[in-house]
Amino acid sequence: MTDWPILSAVTFLPLAGVVVLLLMREDSAAGRRNILNVSLFTTIVTFLVSLWVWWDFDYANPGFQMIEKHAWLGTGISYHLGVDGISVLFVVLSAFLMPFCVLASWLTIEKRLKAYMIAFLLLEVFMVGVFVSLDIVLFYVFFEAGLIPMFIIIGVWGGKDRVYASYKFFLYTLLGSVLMLLAIMAMYWQAGTTDMVELLAYNFPRQMQTWLWLAFFASFAVKMPMWPVHTWLPDAHVQAPTAGSVILAGILLKLGGYGFLRFSLPMFPLASEYFAPMVFSLSIVAIIYTSLVAMMQSDIKKLIAYSSVAHMGYVTMGIFAANTQGVQGAIFQMLSHGIVSGALFLCVGVVYDRTHTREISAYGGLVNNMPKYAVAFMVFTMANVGLPGTSGFVGEITTLLGAFRANTWVAFFATSGVILSACYALWLYRRVIFGALEKDSLKSLLDLSGREKAILYPLVVLTIFFGVYPAPVFDATAASVDLLVNNYTAAVQAAQDVALSAK
Amino acid sequence: MNAIIQAIVFLPLIGFLIAGLFGTSIGAKASEYVTTGFMVIVAVLSWFVFFNVALGETEMIRVTVMRWIQSGSFDAEWAFRVDTLTAVMFVVVNTVSCLVHVYSIGYMHHDPNRPRFFAYLSLFTFAMLMLITSDNLLQMFFGWEGVGLASYLLIGFWYKKPSANAAAIKAFIVNRVGDFGFALGIFGVFVLFGSISFETIFATAASYLPAEGATEGGEAVINLFGMHLDKPHAVTAICLLLFMGAMGKSAQFLLHTWLPDAMEGPTPVSALIHAATMVTAGVFLVARMSPLFELTEDARTVVVLIGAVTAFFAATVGLVQNDIKRVIAYSTCSQLGYMFVALGVGAYGAGIFHLFTHAFFKALLFLGAGSVIHAVDGEQDMRFMGGLRRHIPWTYWMMFIGTIALTGVGIPGTVIGTAGFFSKDAIIESTFASHSVLSGFAFSLLVIAALFTSFYSWRLTFMTFHGTPRASHEVMHHVHESPQVMLVPLYLLGAGALLAGFLFHDYFFGHDYNHFWQGALFTLPENELLEEYHHVPLWVKWSPFCAMALGLITAWYMYIRSPETPKYLANQHRVLYQFLLNKWYFDEIYDFLFVRPAKRLGTFLWKEGDGRVIDGFGPNGIAARVMDVTDRVVRLQTGYLYHYAFVMLIGIAALVTWMMLGSSF
Repeated sequence: MTDWPILSAVTFLPLAGVVVLLLMREDSAAGRRNILNVSLFTTIVTFLVSLWVWWDFDYANPGFQMIEKHAWLGTGISYHLGVDGISVLFVVLSAFLMPFCVLASWLTIEKRLKAYMIAFLLLEVFMVGVFVSLDIVLFYVFFEAGLIPMFIIIGVWGGKDRVYASYKFFLYTLLGSVLMLLAIMAMYWQAGTTDMVELLAYNFPRQMQTWLWLAFFASFAVKMPMWPVHTWLPDAHVQAPTAGSVILAGILLKLGGYGFLRFSLPMFPLASEYFAPMVFSLSIVAIIYTSLVAMMQSDIKKLIAYSSVAHMGYVTMGIFAANTQGVQGAIFQMLSHGIVSGALFLCVGVVYDRTHTREISAYGGLVNNMPKYAVAFMVFTMANVGLPGTSGFVGEITTLLGAFRANTWVAFFATSGVILSACYALWLYRRVIFGALEKDSLKSLLDLSGREKAILYPLVVLTIFFGVYPAPVFDATAASVDLLVNNYTAAVQAAQDVALSAK
Repeated sequence: MNAIIQAIVFLPLIGFLIAGLFGTSIGAKASEYVTTGFMVIVAVLSWFVFFNVALGETEMIRVTVMRWIQSGSFDAEWAFRVDTLTAVMFVVVNTVSCLVHVYSIGYMHHDPNRPRFFAYLSLFTFAMLMLITSDNLLQMFFGWEGVGLASYLLIGFWYKKPSANAAAIKAFIVNRVGDFGFALGIFGVFVLFGSISFETIFATAASYLPAEGATEGGEAVINLFGMHLDKPHAVTAICLLLFMGAMGKSAQFLLHTWLPDAMEGPTPVSALIHAATMVTAGVFLVARMSPLFELTEDARTVVVLIGAVTAFFAATVGLVQNDIKRVIAYSTCSQLGYMFVALGVGAYGAGIFHLFTHAFFKALLFLGAGSVIHAVDGEQDMRFMGGLRRHIPWTYWMMFIGTIALTGVGIPGTVIGTAGFFSKDAIIESTFASHSVLSGFAFSLLVIAALFTSFYSWRLTFMTFHGTPRASHEVMHHVHESPQVMLVPLYLLGAGALLAGFLFHDYFFGHDYNHFWQGALFTLPENELLEEYHHVPLWVKWSPFCAMALGLITAWYMYIRSPETPKYLANQHRVLYQFLLNKWYFDEIYDFLFVRPAKRLGTFLWKEGDGRVIDGFGPNGIAARVMDVTDRVVRLQTGYLYHYAFVMLIGIAALVTWMMLGSSF
């Protein structure tokens, strides 16, 4: 254990970059380059610090580690940070994706580069903050604040309909946040603390659990997003710049899943058990419905966005299966999806930068002049399809196994998603990559540049590495997940015993 | 020995990586030699392992490589399990793969993308080896889908052809339908046995036998899709799910539609993947899981039914096809049906024996067909061939050997015969002798299928090599025998097609059965087929021979003696002819039942569900109202943002204030 506040460091380090950026000018080419270099440097250093967090992390300890706690305002609210096996890898993932976002924006952002980079660095602060907060108010602040830079990124640097997209995003999120805020107040009123460690140990009355669960669910389901509150996602993705999509798919979607794991399951186990069938139904609908919708899309980004909704269906299903495989699989699926969907959006960015269209019909035959791109895209497509040997498979198979143990029908319907994902993903690949190169607009396209290789190749390696050797992730999450599942099972069991003895 | 097994599995992977990553820099020649060189080594090592493990005294070898997925009690490792069954598959896969690599050097000579082709071939071999050496079901699933990927890539190798792309996707997706069942089967096994490792499954399987004199309604051990199943029924359900995977991969009836289309790939691929190795993975799966299948009569009855129907159905379609590769593809489909019937009646040895011999003669036929196609400048339609016998004599004789092996030429009651004679007749006789409820049904279908097999095989030979040439003058002028690099693999496979049956029948399904398999195939004590199939009536022994002879004579009459007869018959029985020519209209039915409704549903859910209902009543409806207000106050671009931040800040301020007040009480 280190003595210095490493979690604060990893959270607020990007702020140092923000300060430096504020002092810089962007009116010359050199200025632009400096801004980019500072941003890249900041994000890389933050990532290295996050790796240190992972390195220092004690796998055997199921509780919170690297704790920092300071009283704040004398209100009972405290500045309380810590990570456990559930959150530590999300910190790493958030910090990991950031340098790729900077690289992906290297040439494409032409106006207000400084503001853009500041927005991304702030976004990083808030996202990492969500995963390390151990005080519910702090969590809420980070959780909600993170959406502001995202709004700005979509609203300012987005596509043609960016206003509509950010508007939709806003409306969906608003309702959830208000309800969550009310729930947080109620929890404080009931338990007398905002400290999450204490709240985790507190037994909320059954009736209250139901309401609290629903309030949190409203917020997390939108973030996930779960069907039927998913329609903001395709629009937001389509309008967002490439790096925005990467963060949206890679990290923001994980806030919902993380919330379920941090609040719903451990704090409201009885309500979770009560509502599990509903979550299963929504997950199955998400998997089948959005896969079918994805199949018919004509816009590449929309297709990938819908496939994200389907993949998040496996996550919610795994979480509420509430057994070791389900929960561990859900965490793995979230991390893997962070890499794979981020990579898919980066792949779209590569061709979008060249042709400025996302219409599938505008492409075809890219393999002829972009073979390296075709290979990278193939790997991510296969990971999206859940081919064994890629990280996508590991998450899918473990969540499905978890679901099978909980309810075989759920597994039955969810497994059919395996067929549908092959349909839409391979069909997309065929229409974009395969075929003869006939369109004049495509004939002059060049294969991956050095910068693009630097973005895509590491992701290819990771996708395959975690598909073949996922042990680092499973080892890191095992102890905390076991604790979570055992507590959950014990709580549900105890309630059943009480119900039985009351008869 | 461990190092040898690792070398066998990983050398193709290394070959794939070298040719795949550096193919363009080291050049096509180097890629060919590296991958092919590795495969030669691997093939030699495989025979070495075969002699040690299958024919020698070495029992099962287990090699652990590293951890894979471990979550709670679920533990899947990367590990190799080599017993006789695996050793047999080693020989089949690596021999054929090695010969196909060599053959492709000649066949793909003019293709600009050779490094990619050889990389894919080696990737396929690696995935197939992972499948057959797997130590648990999940690793098998890895290999299972890995070969699917390689097959997808190789079918679509000529990516400029839309038909090749469509066939590639079709193959992948139809296989996924099977994998859906396979995956559920794996979950079921885990819930039932608490493990997916073969060691544990096989050790505990015996306790799932229906107890002596037990009646219905034992204790429920699993709740599967709303059914509370006791132990025997649970095993049946799981075996059926696993068999669904086998049906997809082995192109059995209902899930067969991808295999004929897969002929869009280069011909060496058809020989390796879609005839000799990958499509037999389903047979391997059932044989590997024989300790479970042996326990469940019901599941095996389904296997017999599907196998027999496939053998018959595919043979009928093969009768009228005109594309030389499609005839052989349907023949493959049909022969796989034979193998499943064998497994279903409990003659696992006979099933694997047929897998073994079939690999030789079917690869031979495909590579021979490739040699023909090579000679006639890419033409695949037999209506534009004919009279090629004198121009490409070596190819002709090799195809001839393949044909007599496939049709099972041999003298019943003696040990004189081709490879197919031993293995196919063993299956037909075992089917007759078995106690399966479908034994009579399956026996009749298999004998009829044998008749058809003989007919379409000889039809192929006569249409291609005999009669007067029907190709254009220009093509006939250029017809040439293939180079040695393509012919030598044919000779070796030809030798296998002639001798494999005679040399090995005692081991696979004869006197040395027990010593050879060493328990790799599990049979219950009451399963005495090995003995019983020798004692079937004489007419049963002769029936495949008669079917074969009848098919030969009919084909000779219709395609040599009186070539007008087929046209006359086709016109006379128009409906039947069209029905067969269009493969029983399966593609059209599936398109109508699944593809088009799925697309319509997708569009409907998108436009109506997402668009009209969710967005219409949700955000857009609200947005329209809010928009009216905010429009006048703030500029659109940033308006919502400030609102949002404002609401959030007010919320936090309220919360903090309230808590400060609260804590002061």
